[in-house]
Amino acid sequence: MIIDTVRNLLSKHGGIPVAVDQLADTDDLYDAGLSSFASVQLMLALEEEFDVEFPEHLLNRKSFASISAIAAALSEIVEDQEVA
Amino acid sequence: MDVPVSFLDQLFNERVLHDTGVDGLYARSALFEDVISRFEAFALSFGKDEISESMVFPPGMPMPDFETSGYMKNFPQLAGTVHAFCGHDRDHMGLLQCMAAGEDWTKGQKATDVALTPAACYPLYPILARRGMLPEGGAYVALQSYCFRHEPSKDPARMQMFRQREYVRVGSAKQTMAFRETWKQRGSEMMELLQLPHEVEVANDPFFGRAGKIMASGQREQELKFELLVPVNSTSKPTACMSFNYHMDNFGQAWNILQADGSPAHTACVGFGLERIALALFRHHGFDPDAWPEGVRKVLWG
Repeated sequence: MIIDTVRNLLSKHGGIPVAVDQLADTDDLYDAGLSSFASVQLMLALEEEFDVEFPEHLLNRKSFASISAIAAALSEIVEDQEVA
Repeated sequence: MDVPVSFLDQLFNERVLHDTGVDGLYARSALFEDVISRFEAFALSFGKDEISESMVFPPGMPMPDFETSGYMKNFPQLAGTVHAFCGHDRDHMGLLQCMAAGEDWTKGQKATDVALTPAACYPLYPILARRGMLPEGGAYVALQSYCFRHEPSKDPARMQMFRQREYVRVGSAKQTMAFRETWKQRGSEMMELLQLPHEVEVANDPFFGRAGKIMASGQREQELKFELLVPVNSTSKPTACMSFNYHMDNFGQAWNILQADGSPAHTACVGFGLERIALALFRHHGFDPDAWPEGVRKVLWG
């Protein structure tokens, strides 16, 4: 579920030259052509979609390194929000 | 008990710099300028056989080129743009009335086609791009510019208007990376000759906002920027006096600078913060250059 939304937003905001459905969940997105600036655009889109805010410790390049890394970061944020 | 005098106040008291009332905007003494010009000659002696040409830029750059640079994406808080009065007689009267009444007279000012140069190498890229494809050996340019960054501070090493001297390499990834490694070495050699304590570390630019944290983390992880740090205003937070930057093909793509094979050029630059290096010399060797260590005097004055 989260993964599908991530894939959808990645294809809209990632500016990646290959089709997102050809990427495996663990493929390195920077190798695939994701720029640092596009990862920021993607983060803003994810925040809007999930109505969350990425906390300080997840604001780094690694959080956006693969589709599964992004999904893991989002799950962590959503869980924290539910607990709170 | 005496209150310790800040380094900035010492510089004013010794008349090395002169206060203007605005933090980060100072008049320079002839002594200070002499140290800077000696250092520039010293820095030029290192790359003189490698450069293809030399340029000096005015402190402003064309607004369209400033926009192309992407500076507003990453550092909107530091940028400065030039605005000017573009009205008629009636607007002029209104402006003078506003000034006389102590009201905001600047609100009618209109943007001009000039932005203050935020980094010395930016004006170079569009000039290279206009020349067409680079020759096989790329380009290797020595340049100097006044720069502006809106960050008023009591730290004399953080001026709002300051000069950067740079060497810029434009060409293949291999050429630009090799250039940066060479200058990291040379930077340390230069500091040793000037007898200044220093260290070279991975660094990041002060990207704006939350998004900036991601940009900064990416820049560090990819080791795109190194700084040569010297204690100037504080020993716990040493000052970046040189920086060694690899921009990948970001500027090549932005301005369409092409290598001889038609692919976007890679760029790298080494920047010397001229005021910062002069301040480091005054800090470590004293306010009287005649009394500086003989080795340092020999390097700068021959």
